[in-house]
Amino acid sequence: MTVEASTREAYGRTLIELGRQNKDIVVLDADLSLSTMTHLFAQEFPERFFDCGLEEQNMIGIAAGLAASGKIVFASSFAVFASCRCFDQLRLCVSQPKLNVKIVATHGGITVGEDGTSHHAIEDLSLYCSLPSFTVIVPADAVETTKAVKAAAATYGPFYIRLSRPRTPLIYHEDHHFIVGKSITLRRGKDVTIIALGIMVAKALQAAQKLATQGIDSRVIDMHTLNPLDEEAIIKAASQTGAIVVAEEHLAHGGLGSRVAQIVAKEKPVPMAFVNLKDQYALSGKPEELLRRSGLTTEGIEGAVKQVVQKK
Amino acid sequence: MSNRIKVASQDSTHSNLFDLSIPELEEMSRKLRRHIITMIATAGSGHPGGSLSAVDIIAALYFKIMHHDPHNPGWEERDRFILSKGHGTPALYAVLAESDYFPVEELTTLRKLDSRLQGHTDRNLTPGVEMSAGSLGQGLSFGIGIALAAKLDDRDYQTYILLGDGECEEGQTWEAALSAAHFKLDNLTVAIDRNRQQLSGWTRNIMDIEPLNEKWQAFGWHTIEIDGHRFNQVLAAFEEAKTIKGKPTVIIAQTIKGKGVSFMENNVEFHGKAPTLEEAKRALKELE
Ligand SMILES: Cc1ncc(C[n+]2csc(CCOP(=O)(O)OP(=O)(O)O)c2C)c(N)n1
Repeated sequence: MTVEASTREAYGRTLIELGRQNKDIVVLDADLSLSTMTHLFAQEFPERFFDCGLEEQNMIGIAAGLAASGKIVFASSFAVFASCRCFDQLRLCVSQPKLNVKIVATHGGITVGEDGTSHHAIEDLSLYCSLPSFTVIVPADAVETTKAVKAAAATYGPFYIRLSRPRTPLIYHEDHHFIVGKSITLRRGKDVTIIALGIMVAKALQAAQKLATQGIDSRVIDMHTLNPLDEEAIIKAASQTGAIVVAEEHLAHGGLGSRVAQIVAKEKPVPMAFVNLKDQYALSGKPEELLRRSGLTTEGIEGAVKQVVQKK
Repeated sequence: MSNRIKVASQDSTHSNLFDLSIPELEEMSRKLRRHIITMIATAGSGHPGGSLSAVDIIAALYFKIMHHDPHNPGWEERDRFILSKGHGTPALYAVLAESDYFPVEELTTLRKLDSRLQGHTDRNLTPGVEMSAGSLGQGLSFGIGIALAAKLDDRDYQTYILLGDGECEEGQTWEAALSAAHFKLDNLTVAIDRNRQQLSGWTRNIMDIEPLNEKWQAFGWHTIEIDGHRFNQVLAAFEEAKTIKGKPTVIIAQTIKGKGVSFMENNVEFHGKAPTLEEAKRALKELE
């Protein structure tokens, strides 16, 4: 049975740990701290926590000002608001001056579920990847979340980390070795490579297991960092397995699929297939229902693999 | 917290390096205006109107009010100045050059390829520039972050932010106004360059922001209204702001867009248009 854990709880707990180690850690939120779990930090360090109220644009400016004064600033909201609502502020106050601001957003993708379109974050990766100087990470589970948040605190510069609302299957052990920008090959394989991030990594592993029984040997890569992208691993995958499937909980344009395809097209063209959200918004529903409706499932990945392998 | 004076910083932080008298400030302000005209005319583009209306306020800060060290722009105890209306950057560059953050000769590189003096401010390129601005409405939020850091670190520095009056139409300005009062930032002072014009005309006609004083008061700020071209009033307002505890202060400075050049005064045409060389010559003559 798969064990599940919450990435946002992992974030909240990690913030406390970081806060104990470094008095320069400051945390901001925009009236969502009970959901983003920054309230855990607020309880222990009330003087270093600022709720900016429903003022996402203002929050980003404040974060930048604190960072310009030597603070390591974590700012949290839901992914949709932490990207779409304050993009100009992210661009001019954080990205352009390369300030030490870490946006950690929860409720990424469509697994927000019942709240519907207004709350689904499906453009955020595209937006953040378009900002020069932002490191963009989507951890695959709670363990990787902790590692990514610690790495962000330890590395100077702007970071975006996208987490999920629901609990997600645990993939890694505590001794998991995480390096920003270095993907993780979770399964070796020679026929095809499935490159995934976030909640799609666990599904990619399941798909690979099923495909193995049908004689297709799949490599599975956790591409947790979208920017900077691990080009070496992508080129190797293209050369050694000759076909690539990219799986992500994001719109087709500007996310992981687009970014991987750019490298593949330039360095080693091979057949590719994409498991992602087509050009439309999802509606209300249970997370699993929405994933099924959009084809973001183990079966969806299996189908894409079979399709792409035929084109080799 | 902010009324505590630190022993260690007493010598260094409690005087302005220049400490100009009012006649000296007036003389300096004519010189700065000449720089503004020359820079923008040489560049062939830029925003003379809002630079000329703002320059006296910025000069008062750098040459009399603020504790800062041009040869150590990163000095942690320095007072901070944020030019939120980033298109007024020629005024800031002129002041920074005259206070020796960089050579005066560099001013005429404004807006040229590879210049450190970008069309709007860049905090990573220009010594003394605190914020990358140019998208209006963001500076007060940035200043709040700096003022919060001062409180967290128990530092005595002041944070000054210059807003345009048109800029007060931006929603983010009011998000920030709410939060600065909520966080009781008495170490932060806003000056509004109330020249009553914005890009395409009179603020009253485009999007009226009156009653401005009452709005800021309602948001929890201490307000002061002055003539933004009279140094005695400008200096007195900044001194008063330092004495206000428990809330931030806003200084509404009545100014004239294009101030000092007759054919630019209250002439919205010169919001974002460079003077021709002929016009620049006439302007410089008026500013002698
Ligand atoms: C977000 C944003 N929208 C539009 C502009 C274009 N713009 C530059 S200056 C200006 C008018 C600003 O008016 P005000 O703040 O009163 O400045 P001043 O009149 O003092 O120059 C506009 C609309 C901008 N820089 N930023």
